[in-house]
Amino acid sequence: MEDLIEILEGIHPDVDYNTCESLIDDGILDSFDIVTLISEINQEFDVVISAEHIVPENFNSAKALYELIERLEEE
Amino acid sequence: MEEKETKKFNIKLLITVIISLVVITTILAFLQRLVEPKYMDNSGEGSLIEEYYDNIEDHQIIIVGDCEVYENLVPPVLWEDYGYTSYIRGSAQQLIWQSYYLLEETYKYENPDVVIFNVLSMQYNEPQKEAYNRMTLDGMKWSSSKVGAIKASMMEDEQMIDYVFPILRYHSRITELKKDDITYFFDKPTVADNGYYMQVGIVPADYVPEGKPLGDYTFGDNAYYYLDAIREICEEHGSKLILVKAPSLYPKWHDEWDAQMVDYAAKYNLDYINFLEHTDEIGLDYNVDTYDAGLHLNVYGAEKLTRYLGEYLKENTDLEDLRSNEAVAEEYNQKLLEYRERLAKKEEERDAGK
Amino acid sequence: MLFTSYSFLFFLILLFVIYYVFPSKAQWVILLIASLIFYALNSPVYLIFIGITILTTYGAGILLDNSFVKEKAYIKEHKETLSKEEKKAYKRANKTKRRWLFWSCLIFNFGILAVTKYTNFGISNINGIMKMFHSGTELQFVDLIIPLGISFYTFQSMGYLIDVSRDSVKAQRNIGKLALFVLFFPQLVQGPISRYGDLSTSLYEAHPFDINKFMRGIERIIWGFFKKLVIADRILPAVNTLKDSYETMDGFYVVLLGLFYALELYADFTGGIDITIGIAEALGIKVKENFIRPYFSKCIKEYWRRWHISLGAYFTEYLFYPVSVCKPMLDISKVARKILGEKIGKKVPVYLSTIIVWLITGIWHGAAWNFVVWGLGNCFFIMLSEELDPVYIWVKKKFKINESKYYYRAFQIIRTFILMCSLRMFDLYRNVPVTFKMLGTTVYKWNIASVLREGIWNLGLTGVDYVILIIGTIILFSVSMMSRRENMRDIIAKKGYVLRGVVYGVLFVCIILFGAYGIGYDASQFIYNQF
Repeated sequence: MEDLIEILEGIHPDVDYNTCESLIDDGILDSFDIVTLISEINQEFDVVISAEHIVPENFNSAKALYELIERLEEE
Repeated sequence: MEEKETKKFNIKLLITVIISLVVITTILAFLQRLVEPKYMDNSGEGSLIEEYYDNIEDHQIIIVGDCEVYENLVPPVLWEDYGYTSYIRGSAQQLIWQSYYLLEETYKYENPDVVIFNVLSMQYNEPQKEAYNRMTLDGMKWSSSKVGAIKASMMEDEQMIDYVFPILRYHSRITELKKDDITYFFDKPTVADNGYYMQVGIVPADYVPEGKPLGDYTFGDNAYYYLDAIREICEEHGSKLILVKAPSLYPKWHDEWDAQMVDYAAKYNLDYINFLEHTDEIGLDYNVDTYDAGLHLNVYGAEKLTRYLGEYLKENTDLEDLRSNEAVAEEYNQKLLEYRERLAKKEEERDAGK
Repeated sequence: MLFTSYSFLFFLILLFVIYYVFPSKAQWVILLIASLIFYALNSPVYLIFIGITILTTYGAGILLDNSFVKEKAYIKEHKETLSKEEKKAYKRANKTKRRWLFWSCLIFNFGILAVTKYTNFGISNINGIMKMFHSGTELQFVDLIIPLGISFYTFQSMGYLIDVSRDSVKAQRNIGKLALFVLFFPQLVQGPISRYGDLSTSLYEAHPFDINKFMRGIERIIWGFFKKLVIADRILPAVNTLKDSYETMDGFYVVLLGLFYALELYADFTGGIDITIGIAEALGIKVKENFIRPYFSKCIKEYWRRWHISLGAYFTEYLFYPVSVCKPMLDISKVARKILGEKIGKKVPVYLSTIIVWLITGIWHGAAWNFVVWGLGNCFFIMLSEELDPVYIWVKKKFKINESKYYYRAFQIIRTFILMCSLRMFDLYRNVPVTFKMLGTTVYKWNIASVLREGIWNLGLTGVDYVILIIGTIILFSVSMMSRRENMRDIIAKKGYVLRGVVYGVLFVCIILFGAYGIGYDASQFIYNQF
């Protein structure tokens, strides 16, 4: 989880990722950020997040994103 | 409770919609009248068709056709010298199907003894120009004849709805309104004398261009179809149909065309007079009797032609001289007076302009 | 049948009556029939193309869906007996099957689009190359018909297919309903490109007549016609004159063209979408917004999130993401990081995908090189502004510029507007070298005085036209300004019925009186009908 927050802070330093639950809905992360994020996650966690996983529910909060990573690691 | 409120809500909206529609329709009707061409000083020919409705009565003679009738024949003179009542249902570049539908409409109001049709429009087998269509058709009152005339006349880019709501056609005039549009908003004076549109100018016909030779001189099927229709409707109502060709030097009336009309008249036992062959008897002098160098006659030429026609009618029909009929005489002498006044006024204007 | 034709209005009125007279359950069938008639009236031959797309999409959708259902059932049934590896293998085998099916349907349908729209573009390029090698042979252009709305309906149905293949929507098992989704006539010829999940909920529902909703739809239609007929079509002759006489009209004329075209394109396109959404609204159907006051965007990226939203979202969702997070791209990223370092390498997948997306967006707009350059131009400025971000931050700090101050926002908005106007020149002149030359003249040729004094009277517009356009633009601008917080229509609706009646009555009368329609004006298509 900490690793993930670190990656996120690398993209936008001034957001509180522990509480924010509307990263997509409020337009904090745009499409460029999402792609950068996915590539970083791929580096860090060695999971492939494919396009079909890119829906607001998975990216709105750090928690949701972490759950997605865990789910993908499972498979 | 809540349901009731939404219902009340809806009724209020419905009322707004209805009131808005009424108000908008009124405004649009007003605007429509404003932007419609008034056809007064400029192209007054556009007023000819609608003026008929103020003059509905049993005329002995009805004349249909294009500028070769409404600028060449003078009903008040026909009255003055022969005691015949007549009306010209002419309009600019009136096409033969328009002549037919105008005649059909006229029969709904009256039953003339004689119908005269000028055959120049036989040359056109298709609609020609939108502007002329409007000048003929806009003036007609709504009836099956008007619908028929519109359908027969529409150019490819025209639509019926533009005739139903003329504002759709004329809306762009809102940016070019003239004083006439206000002056004649409600009412306008008559521009013609029983359909005769007076011209007092004098332009000698010193040069008449040669008509272009045509590949095929045969009149089109559509033209013949409506000529047949005109003949049939006249037969049906017991009117004598006389075909004429006005003595205009131009556009050229080809011999081949003339021959077809001679044949047609012979085939159906109709009268056909080509006035071009009688210019000497009529007494036309193309140096003083035309206002546009031979295309159309001015009032002086038109009076001569009218008298010649009157003489012809006297000899070849049994039309009654109504000058002894007091009621008719009173009305027509009044018309004659107005005609003379108009002539005097126009001559004065012409001379002042010189 | 153009939206702006009498026959379309007649068609619409007839549809509204039938739609609300028949029982609500039959409404979607009525819509389907109406859409088929609408399409067939334009040309019955086109129905074959759209029919093929519907049939293949329908079939593939069901097969994909069946595969998911079967897979889930199988795993559920054998939950106990299957090992993790076996489960994985089973899933993978299914996935491969689905992939084959999905890609063949996708390629087939985009193939139709490519062949009908891009064959001649390909031929002209091949000819160009052969000429370079002095080959005497020249390929003949083929006379292909481009089916009405093919770009829009292909995109829309393929979007549906992708969603089904991702198991994010269930396949539509009623072929009539799927056909309606593809054929839905208000958005068929110019978009928006709706997603199945968005449109399907209200598309097939029963909609009892609700005068309130119905009138709101009508209002929106009137507003759309006002934009299209009073503004877009009135300025059209000037735009045409300016772009056609590029040999003489340079310098400030180019600036004028940029402004006029911005107005025309906005009024034309958003007007058309207003009519589309309004028709849908009057039928009780919700179509997503396609514009959010785009000319108030502060950067190009934002502009493309606010202009033709459905197309931008489509490309982001179905092209940008899949390309940028696919395995090969991630590998490229890894290599790039090693060679170019963390900072630059990180950006490689993003920028590479952006270039691909804009290349295709460009070609989507037109089968010609000027559109390719236009697309890449957009791409260039987007990437440039990404790279310049640190510079901006530095400048702002250095000069103590407050980002939220209105003057800075105004600067951003105007900058974006000018950039977009300049890029659109590629679309206007349809010729890349000419466009660069013309843009150049705006800098060194100062003929502003003579253009404003005499030039503007040679563009085919009269004084009255200019007055109407200026008033119309002021209305457009004010409505946009006032709609920042709350939709203008909601504001008016709250003020009561009298005001509503007056506003829409006045708009209606203005359209009738000042609209550039009928004889004397050239009937013009909506710009986006051509795509």
